[in-house]
Amino acid sequence: MIKEPTKGSEAWGMVPIVLFLVVWEIASRSQILSVHYFVPPPSAVVEEFYRLTIEGELGVNFLSSLSRVLIGFCAGSLAGLLTGIIMGWNEIAHRTLHPLFSLFYPIPALGWLPLLIIWCGISEVLPIALIFISSFFPILDNTITGIKTVPKNYIKVAETLGASRYKVLTTVILPLALPNIFTGLRLTTGMAWRVIIAAEMVAIPTGIGALLMRAQSLIRIDIIIVCLIILSIMCLAFERFFLFMERRLTGRWSQHV
Amino acid sequence: MSEITLKGINNFACKNVTLRIREGEILVLLGPTGAGKTTLLNVIAGLIPYHGTVCINGNAIDNVAASQRNVGYLFQDLSLFPHLSVASNVAYGLTMRKMPHRERSVDELLRLMKIGHLAERYPGDLSGGERQRVALARAIAPAPKVLLLDEPLSSLDFRTSRYFMMEIRRIQRALGITTLYVTHSFIEAREMADRVGVMHEGRLEQVGSPEEVFTYPANERVADFIGPPNVLDCEQSETLGRGLVEVCCGGNKIIVPYDGGEVKKISISPRHIYVSIEKPPGPTVNRFRGVVDEVMVSDLVSRYKIKIGDTFLVAELPRGVCEEMDLSPGREVFLVLKLRWINVIEGGGVVNG
Repeated sequence: MIKEPTKGSEAWGMVPIVLFLVVWEIASRSQILSVHYFVPPPSAVVEEFYRLTIEGELGVNFLSSLSRVLIGFCAGSLAGLLTGIIMGWNEIAHRTLHPLFSLFYPIPALGWLPLLIIWCGISEVLPIALIFISSFFPILDNTITGIKTVPKNYIKVAETLGASRYKVLTTVILPLALPNIFTGLRLTTGMAWRVIIAAEMVAIPTGIGALLMRAQSLIRIDIIIVCLIILSIMCLAFERFFLFMERRLTGRWSQHV
Repeated sequence: MSEITLKGINNFACKNVTLRIREGEILVLLGPTGAGKTTLLNVIAGLIPYHGTVCINGNAIDNVAASQRNVGYLFQDLSLFPHLSVASNVAYGLTMRKMPHRERSVDELLRLMKIGHLAERYPGDLSGGERQRVALARAIAPAPKVLLLDEPLSSLDFRTSRYFMMEIRRIQRALGITTLYVTHSFIEAREMADRVGVMHEGRLEQVGSPEEVFTYPANERVADFIGPPNVLDCEQSETLGRGLVEVCCGGNKIIVPYDGGEVKKISISPRHIYVSIEKPPGPTVNRFRGVVDEVMVSDLVSRYKIKIGDTFLVAELPRGVCEEMDLSPGREVFLVLKLRWINVIEGGGVVNG
């Protein structure tokens, strides 16, 4: 018999994490690990987190990264969504633009970095442009796929019921393409954080990535771990947000499409 | 109520189809897979290109977009919008056509279809029969001039489909809506149709009352499709006068009612062959001794393939009768071909459009 997951089973999922932290703390403090300096105990990481927060350094860098991610991701997603709708719905647009799209989509986002450094210089535009590119193509692809895979009979039914082309798009095609679009958003949001860290590590003096690089040069493992934990939490939070939105908007029907 | 006229419809699947569907009738379009039945529905709905003319009440609608034709269409796979609740699915056409009193109309329709309690549910949560009702309610909600039903019962079990057949008939009668109903089920055609049309390879081969079509197939293609192969080639044909011709089929002499010249093919519906285990009394005309070769049992009737001389005939009997006679392969039986139901198949076929 398959049992429904319960709150108890979710709590059980925390046990390995707590266990891991306890073992880490004990191992680090008892100096079992000969290189304990390179693996500070979790309590030291928490202490450092508290210090960085109080002094404002973490907040400033975090907000820099967050604002870049939000601006680049929103702009890239919106552009990808709109272009995807046009290409998915209009066959001529699809035939015209698809070859270009196929050419650019396989390029890894970080592959654009050298070119963008030359074009944009070391400025705020650089990481935003990089995130824009990393968000645009996956969302464009998922939107096109979502639209193209809507069964044709739904469109025919809507037409016989009096729906204009515009109404077919807004009342049938786009709602049914939502699961695919959300999949694109979820994948892209994690990608955006990975890309911003890389860009900040390489070229930008502010942000979590830049903080990471400074910590590395000072061999501050505790700060590096703080940054990695923040990065992990942000990726998780963004993905969970879109998962939550997807379930709210499509949860009642998406499994039956 | 509206009358639909199709004149010379041609496209990739339809070949010069001309048909008139009278006001308020159900015309059942029968035919094997690939006959062009669904294509013809799509032509009327304006969903695919075609040559020819489609008229509703005498007005050509060939240049009218599908969204403006006001045609109710129930697709074979139903295609209920999965992202909309039952009530929203039913209201969709009303909203698109900006019809007034939407909520009241939806409530009335849900009551008529006996699905009021499902209004807030989603299609994925419904049973096959419930989905069928919702799809029908959605198709008729905007008060269409014509209703197109594409094999609406194909996904239902036997019991549910029989019940739903009656429901479609009841609702169609209540609304008086002109209906074109596509199926390949003879049971549906017999029970639903005011008239039956038979399509084969894109051509409309025959249109007539169910009795006409099932008893007097216009040509061999119709005969082949509507019944088992009780189409017999006649080796000899001799006019007896008084509207009778004696033909010889597979060595058996059969008297057929016919006023024309030579008879080349005849057919007889399996339902009109009398089967007995004792020699029937009376003259020996159209009476034959045969042997049961094969038994085919279905829900309501049993069919027997019986060998007479060099020929096989299929006879259909109600199941109760069969069980009483205890017919099994190898059993000797007597057949009577009922004279008035023997049909002469003429060369080019007849279309009573």
